[in-house]
Amino acid sequence: MLKLVNVQSFYGKIQALKGINLELHEGEIVTLIGGNGAGKTTTLMSISGLVKPKFGEIIYRGQQIQTLNPDEIVKQGLVQVPEGRRIFPDFTILENLEMGAYLRNDKAGIKADMDYVFGLFPILKERIQQSAGTLSGGEQQMLAISRALMARPKLLLLDEPSLGLAPLIIKDIFNIIKQINKEHNTTIFLVEQNANQALQIADRAYVLENGEITLHDKASVLLNDESVKKAYLGMS
Amino acid sequence: MQALNESGSFFLELFFSGLTRGSIYALIALGYTMVYGIIGLINFAHGEIYMIGAFVGLTVAGILSILQFNLIAILVLAALFAMVYAAAYGYTIEKVAYKPLRGSTRLAPLISAIGMSMFLREYVILAQTPDFVSFPALTEGLFDLGAFSSMIQPTELVILIFSFLMMAGLFILIKKTKIGKAMRAISQDREMAMLLGVNSDRMISLTFMIGSALAAFGAILISAHVGQINYNIGFVVGIKAFTAAVLGGIGSIPGAALGGIILGLTESFATGYVSSDYEDVFAFGILVLILIFKPAGILGKSTTEKV
Repeated sequence: MLKLVNVQSFYGKIQALKGINLELHEGEIVTLIGGNGAGKTTTLMSISGLVKPKFGEIIYRGQQIQTLNPDEIVKQGLVQVPEGRRIFPDFTILENLEMGAYLRNDKAGIKADMDYVFGLFPILKERIQQSAGTLSGGEQQMLAISRALMARPKLLLLDEPSLGLAPLIIKDIFNIIKQINKEHNTTIFLVEQNANQALQIADRAYVLENGEITLHDKASVLLNDESVKKAYLGMS
Repeated sequence: MQALNESGSFFLELFFSGLTRGSIYALIALGYTMVYGIIGLINFAHGEIYMIGAFVGLTVAGILSILQFNLIAILVLAALFAMVYAAAYGYTIEKVAYKPLRGSTRLAPLISAIGMSMFLREYVILAQTPDFVSFPALTEGLFDLGAFSSMIQPTELVILIFSFLMMAGLFILIKKTKIGKAMRAISQDREMAMLLGVNSDRMISLTFMIGSALAAFGAILISAHVGQINYNIGFVVGIKAFTAAVLGGIGSIPGAALGGIILGLTESFATGYVSSDYEDVFAFGILVLILIFKPAGILGKSTTEKV
């Protein structure tokens, strides 16, 4: 479905990605784990078109997309929930969700999808007119995921959805991610530092270090891999 | 009793002339504040767009009056042409002077804006004239005010009505439409808006075009009221409108409208009750006071530092 071939991205003169190769198949949950500064966010921003790779190709369903603008990439169904949720604080919950459906005009479909996300996160419905800046971190993450779902993603890119959240809420969020994947056959690319949780719901995983993929395998295999355990799971 | 009546009607006269002036400041301040809200730039060339709008209106009115169009048709077409022309200028200025500098230091586009402002003024001096030229009284015959004419002139009433209609239109656009929502989303988090499919370049262009068209519209109305224009009118009004935008809270659209009205009224009362020499002292004095006690402006949010 999505293929990155030798993707190299730079921030100014600093090379953040040193030739990334990875592939996602339709309907999968794939996770990309790695430490701070490994290049996880740059990978997602390169896919979304906010960072333009200097070399390499990003191929989505047979088409090169690395030169497209972010809005054109969203139009193709690649939607990102960026790190830190980045909800629009001055908008209400409803307005945030409407922004998610920015490119759509099918009123009935938008309404149906809104009901769907309210089913996933009932708390959002209760606070529909509340300004989003007043929500707690967990609620903001729920809103950020819901907002992305309003764009009807075929591929959902999630950047550290667990960041700064309480363990119980993290569990909820990961369960919902799995549920979205099952119910809509939405392909999920999950970038995480929280490797343990991510590996438990993912089908396959890539390990990113210093802008390079150092390991990739089935998630269940990496969960028991000694080096991964040591570096990312806090076990020895 | 007579004296009271006189002072009462003097007050109303000052009030309406202040309101008129203020509504023009507001129209132009909206251009400053919209651009600041969306890309965090003070567009110092905005006043010059206003000035160019006036010159385009003058040219169109001149041609149409030779062709013996009636006054209403001349007014409508002159305003329309001026707005379209100004929008094209706004679009081009953004593409030429600001877009290439996006992502560089904050100072660079500011200097570019000042340069653009100077360039446009010099350009009009060379292409048109360095002197004042008279502007036809297009709006004079629009209303017959009869007994009220001592309080407000017909040309002022035209300014009041149409600038408020324009502002109401803009508020609806910003509050109720998808375009307006996209603009507000960009002003909160541009990258995030892009990640949801907003074409931010197009929205930025649109913002410049709308702000420029509003300024040109204001220029036609005020020029028809004042009766003369030159290359420098944009600079003077621009500074005042910018002050109004800061007063109301730059980045805030209702703030720009409110700031403009407050500034216009302040100037008018200062002129009437003190002396016209002190007009600017009061105008900027009130700005200083607001900035001391509410640094973000009347309706501005103190927490957001736009980058």
